[in-house]
Amino acid sequence: MSEIIKVKDLCLWYGSSQALKNISMDIPERSITAFIGPSGCGKSTFLKTLNRMNDLIPDVKITGEVKYDGRNIYGPGVDVNDLRREIGMVFQKPNPFPMSVYDNVAYGPRTHGIRSKAKLDEIVEKSLKNAAIWDELKDRLKKSALGLSGGQQQRLCIARSIAVKPEVVLLDEPTSALDPISTAKIEELIDELKREFTIVIVTHNMQQAARCADVTAFFYLGNLIEVGQTMQMFSTPNDRRTQDYITGRFG
Amino acid sequence: MENIVHGVFLFLGLITVAFVLLITVYLIIAGMPAIGELGLFNFLFGKSWGPTYAVPEFGILPFILSSVYGTAGALLLGVPVGFFTAVYLAKLAPPKVKALVGAAVSLLAGIPSVVYGLVGMLVLVPAIRSIFNVPDGASLLAAIIVLSVMVLPSIINVSMTALEAVPKEYEDASLSLGASPIETYMRVTVPAAKSGIATAVVLGVGRALGEAMAVMMVSGNAPNMPSLFESVRFLTTAVASEMSYSSGLHRQALFSIALVLFLFIMLINAALNFILKHRKEG
Repeated sequence: MSEIIKVKDLCLWYGSSQALKNISMDIPERSITAFIGPSGCGKSTFLKTLNRMNDLIPDVKITGEVKYDGRNIYGPGVDVNDLRREIGMVFQKPNPFPMSVYDNVAYGPRTHGIRSKAKLDEIVEKSLKNAAIWDELKDRLKKSALGLSGGQQQRLCIARSIAVKPEVVLLDEPTSALDPISTAKIEELIDELKREFTIVIVTHNMQQAARCADVTAFFYLGNLIEVGQTMQMFSTPNDRRTQDYITGRFG
Repeated sequence: MENIVHGVFLFLGLITVAFVLLITVYLIIAGMPAIGELGLFNFLFGKSWGPTYAVPEFGILPFILSSVYGTAGALLLGVPVGFFTAVYLAKLAPPKVKALVGAAVSLLAGIPSVVYGLVGMLVLVPAIRSIFNVPDGASLLAAIIVLSVMVLPSIINVSMTALEAVPKEYEDASLSLGASPIETYMRVTVPAAKSGIATAVVLGVGRALGEAMAVMMVSGNAPNMPSLFESVRFLTTAVASEMSYSSGLHRQALFSIALVLFLFIMLINAALNFILKHRKEG
């Protein structure tokens, strides 16, 4: 497997407090990488550095490099909007726009200049099918997305993010606001999506990482403690702290 | 004890209701006789106002149209400026600029209308006369410009509050799809705040329609059919300028004008309630 994202010596400060300390890791293409660790360990912050969503927070300072497709995304001349089209994101709380289901999915393609109705119809259908929610929503495309259940909303958000044909989809605790059945559906969906996309998922749920991820990275207090194949991480972790965390001694 | 306090609050609350009722009933009682005598159609659509003519004329179409055109014109200028200012302040402005402009907007809201009128009279009216080369600058245009400035504070403040109340999650979602910040504000934030922005516009309409003092000072106050460079009289100023010396049917007709103005304002309020109700449901 080749690496699509290579992170080297990444540090991040919120004002004067350092939230990420010398993170170096690679993210393999077309696979699922999970970030685990206790609350406040920096896993979500790290995820957001991968498509520069932290740029929006005032007083953030970042050093080190994140190479995507061989290019440092924090280097000069990088178009952040283009970057975010290629590295999309799904958030913790389902956040469909207050528009119809159709307009939610078509929002991204329209932003990138697609105007043809036929083309948009095709993208909307394909994206909803890829997100395994087409059958549930095909008769209510014109209805407001806010009327859907939480699980449906989150799958719609996934459909919306893959509608712009990204390479990488970042998921920030996508199931933490959902019930177990919706969670199972999303996990199933993520497993399907890795055929076409590189998936990076932050989760506070270790079973979720164990079930879904090919590679797991454990974060603690802003440090990347350990990263490896999920099977190996959960059976024979190298670091004592990893073992304590996955066996539930803290977290 | 609890009951007494409750009763006091109820009583104080009812005072407002009582005044609204009092004004409504009084205006209807005082405004109806002239309309009855002159005929509703002749009163509303008569093009000539001349209560002191040998054969007095009481047509208020010039006032109605002046008020409508004046308000529409003020919004045509004021809404774009106010709207973009609100977007800038709510989303783009650095904190220091936001504090400065915000303070200026609050100050603008607090300036008494007679001061707007005074500045309009001394600066705007001569400027219009010389720029457009017309005999008198006191005109509908002058009123429109003064009103457009007067509606800015309510449009800016109310729109800004609505824009700031849009959940940040919507914006994050848009940005993460590769939309630029400006695209995000215009295509996600503004539509999500549209009922608040509509409220702002309606409040602006109410402000412009109800203003008398500043309009009287810059519009020339002649009862002409409205035209941009002509002296005009609004519904408000028609009542204000003749009330002191009128009597008989003339005075009753002024009450009728007030009633018409009141109905316009009621209409605005109904529109506002409609929007607010829809916001709750939407």
